[in-house]
Amino acid sequence: MNPKFIQKIASVALGTAMLVTLSVLIFIIFYILYQGLPIVSMEFLTTPIRDMGKSGGIFPTIISTFYLAFLSICIAAPLGIGTAVFLTEYTRENTVTRVIRFTTDCLAGIPSIIFGLFGFVFFVIYLGFGWSILAGSLTLATMMLPTIIRTSEEAIRAVPEGFREVTYGLGGSKWQSVTEIVLPKAFPGILTGIILSMGRAVSETAALIFTAGMSLHTPVSVLSSGRSMAVHFYTIAREGISLQMAFGTAAVLIVTISIINISSYLLMHKYMRKYA
Amino acid sequence: MNKFIETIIEKSIILIAFSTVAVLFLIAFFIFKEGIPFLAQYGLPGFLTGSTWLPGEDKFGILPMIIGSIYVTLGALIVGVPLGVGSAIFLVEFANKRIRNIIKPAIELLAGIPSVVYGFIGIMVLAPWVRINFGGSGLSILTASIVLGIMILPTIISITMDSLTALPSVYKEGSIALGATTWQTVIMVLLPGAKSGILAGIILGMGRAIGETMAVIMITGNAIRIPTSLYDSVRTMTSNIALEMGYALGIHRSALFANAVVLFGFIMILNTIAILIINKRSK
Amino acid sequence: MRISWKAAIFILLFVLFIYVSFTAKPVLPIRLAGSTAFQPFAEKLAEKYMEEHPSITVDVQGGGSAVGIMASQQGIVDIGMADMLSLPHDIDYLERTVVARDGIAVIVNPANKANEISFDQLGKIFSGEINNWKDVSFDNAPIRVISREEGSGTKKSFDQLVLNGKKLTREAMFQDSNGTIRETVRSDPNAIGYISIGYLTSNVKPLLIDGIAATNENVKAGIYKISRPIFLILKANPKDAARKFLNYLLEAEAQKIIASDGLIPVK
Repeated sequence: MNPKFIQKIASVALGTAMLVTLSVLIFIIFYILYQGLPIVSMEFLTTPIRDMGKSGGIFPTIISTFYLAFLSICIAAPLGIGTAVFLTEYTRENTVTRVIRFTTDCLAGIPSIIFGLFGFVFFVIYLGFGWSILAGSLTLATMMLPTIIRTSEEAIRAVPEGFREVTYGLGGSKWQSVTEIVLPKAFPGILTGIILSMGRAVSETAALIFTAGMSLHTPVSVLSSGRSMAVHFYTIAREGISLQMAFGTAAVLIVTISIINISSYLLMHKYMRKYA
Repeated sequence: MNKFIETIIEKSIILIAFSTVAVLFLIAFFIFKEGIPFLAQYGLPGFLTGSTWLPGEDKFGILPMIIGSIYVTLGALIVGVPLGVGSAIFLVEFANKRIRNIIKPAIELLAGIPSVVYGFIGIMVLAPWVRINFGGSGLSILTASIVLGIMILPTIISITMDSLTALPSVYKEGSIALGATTWQTVIMVLLPGAKSGILAGIILGMGRAIGETMAVIMITGNAIRIPTSLYDSVRTMTSNIALEMGYALGIHRSALFANAVVLFGFIMILNTIAILIINKRSK
Repeated sequence: MRISWKAAIFILLFVLFIYVSFTAKPVLPIRLAGSTAFQPFAEKLAEKYMEEHPSITVDVQGGGSAVGIMASQQGIVDIGMADMLSLPHDIDYLERTVVARDGIAVIVNPANKANEISFDQLGKIFSGEINNWKDVSFDNAPIRVISREEGSGTKKSFDQLVLNGKKLTREAMFQDSNGTIRETVRSDPNAIGYISIGYLTSNVKPLLIDGIAATNENVKAGIYKISRPIFLILKANPKDAARKFLNYLLEAEAQKIIASDGLIPVK
C-alpha cells in the first residue's frame, strides 16, 4: 500500500477522533445551555428554594457554593503553597521530597467518595463539626492540595535562579527572597492553580453530600449545613423534582465552570507570554 | 533575632510540607479503622469472592461490585483510549498551532464539567437511546462505559499530548528526513518513544473511571449481580458505598467501609504503577 | 516587610470574613434528618413554623431512615426521621413518637397495560418467580423490578409485608429514593417499583392491589395493607426548642397539613 495513501487515511481517522471529542463537548454545553438558560433569571438567582426545589430559585446554593469554595481555598492555599515553597526553596531532592511527592500524587488519584467517607468520619463525627460548611470545606481542601502544590511548584521553579541570587547578594535572607521575589513573580501561576481548584470545589458532589449536608437554607455561619449548586442539581435531577429547575441549575453551573476555566486559561496565557 | 525568626519560619514550612503526608495518613487511618475490624471478623477472601450482598442477612460479598467496577472501567477505556490518544496525536502532529490553541482549553473545559452533569446527560439522552436500540432498561454497562469514556478523555488527551511534545525534536526530524510520512513517524518513532507516558495517562484515566461515583449511580441501575451482557445493569464499588452509606447502620456500615478499603487498595495500586512509570520516564 | 495597600485591604477582608464566619452564630437551628418519605412534609411544616417563630431556624435534611436513626443516636441532629414498621432495639433508650402513617403504592409506567395485580402476584414479581408481564397482564415483556436500597425504611417495610420471608430477586435494580424510583419507572415501560403514596404523580400509574387502590382513605380504613408508621426520634437530652417543634408537628393544624398533602395523620 502506498504510504501517502495510508497517511491520508490515518489523518482522516485521527481527525475524526478529534471531531468526535469536540462535538461531544459542544453537544453537552449546548444541550444544557439551550434547555437551561431560558429558566435562568434574576429571580431564579436571588430567591430561596421553595418546595424542596420544585419552585423558587437557587440563591442558597449559590451562597453555599461560594462559601465552600472560598473557605476551602483559604485552608488549602497556605498549606499547598507552603509545601511548594519547601519543595523548591528549602530542600534538595532526597527521600523526604520523594515521600511528599509520592503522597501528593496518591492524594490526587483518590476518588472523591473516599474523601467523602473520610470527611464524614473525621470532620463530621470525630471532630464533631456536624454536616457543615466547615466540614465540607476542610474535605474539599484536602482534595485540592495536590493541584495547588503542583501548579505552585511549577510556577516557582519557573522563576529564574538569578532573581534569588540578587536578593542574597544584597544580604537578604531566604525568607525575604521567597516573599519579596519568588512568590510575587510566581503569583500568576499560583493563582491559576487556585482558580482551577475552585473549579473542583464548584463541581464536587460525592464528597459534599456526606460532609456539608443538604440543607435548603442559606448558610449563615461555618457550622451551618448547606447544599452547593452541584449537590442541589444532583438531588433535583435525580429525584425528578423538577426538570426545569434542574436544567436551570445545570446552566448556571456550566457557566460558572466556564468562567473559572477561561479566566485561569487567560491568566496562564498572559503569564507564559511574560516569561517565554 | 532575625536568625531566630528565619529558623521558626523554616521549621513551620517543613511542618506544612508534611500536610499531604498527614492527610493521606489520616484518610487511610480513618477508613481502615472502620473497615479492618470487619474484614478481620468476616474474612477477606469471603468478602472479595462472595457473590451475595444481603446486608439484612449479614451476607457481604462484593464480587459483583468488583466485577461491575472492572467492566465499566474496561468499557470506558475501550471508548476513551482510541478517541483520546487519537485526538492527542492529531493535535500534536497533524493540527497547526492555531487549532491547537483553541482546542486545548476546550478539552480542559471538558475536564471541568461536573460529573453529575455527565450523569444527567447519560440519563436524559444516552439511556433512552440504548434502551430503544439495544433493549434492556438502558441503565447498563454500555451507557456507563460511554459516559465514563468521555469523562476520562481530558486526562488521556492532556497526558498523551505532554509526552508527545516532550520527545526530542530530532526524533521526528530524523524520521521525516529519511522520507517517512507523518503517520509513519508517529507509528514507528513517536508512539514507541512516548509509550510509557501514554500508558501512565491511561492508568490515571482508569483510576478516574474506577473512582467515579455520582455519574455511575445515575446510569448503571445498580443491580447487584454478575452481569452477562453489555445491556445489563451493574453496581460498582463506589456506587455501593454512596448508595447504601446513607442507610447503613452497625455491621452494614462497617462492611461499606471495608468496601472502601478494597477500593482504596485498587486505587493505590493503580496510582503507584502510574507514578513509577512517570518517574522512570523522567529519569 | 512592605505590605501594599491592596494586600492590606485583602487581609482585612479575609480576617473580617473569618471573624464573621466563626462568630455569627444565630440560635443554633433545630436539625432534622432521615426518611425521604417524610422530608417534604417536615420541610413544609418547618417553613410554616419558622414564619410563626421568626427567631427559630429549622433545618431539614434527607438521607434515609437509617441516617435518621444514626444521626439522632450520635447527636448530629435533634430529631431523626425514620419510616419503618419498628425501630431497631439499640435505640430503645431514645424518645420517639409516631407522627404519621404512610402507604406504599406499587407503580408502573403509564404505558403498561397492567392496572391491577393480586397481593400474591406482587410477592412473586418481587421474588422473581414471575418475571414476565404476560403472567400478569397482556404484554409479553420482561419485568424489571426496581427496589429501594438495602437499609431504606420503605424497603424494610415493603419486604416484610410483601415478600414475607422470600428473597428479593437478584435481577432487581436499585434506586435510593422515592423520587429516583419514580423517575426510573416513568422512563421504562417494563419497570415496576414502589414509592410513598405522597410521591405519586401523573407520570406513573399506581396499581390496584387485590382491587384496592393505594389511597390514604383505604390505608386509614385498614383495607390497603402496605403501609408503615413514620417515627420521629429525639436525640438524648434534646433541647427545649426541638421538643416544642415536635409537639407542634402533633398539633391539629400541622396534622391537617400532613393529611392534605398525602400522609395519614395520627390524630
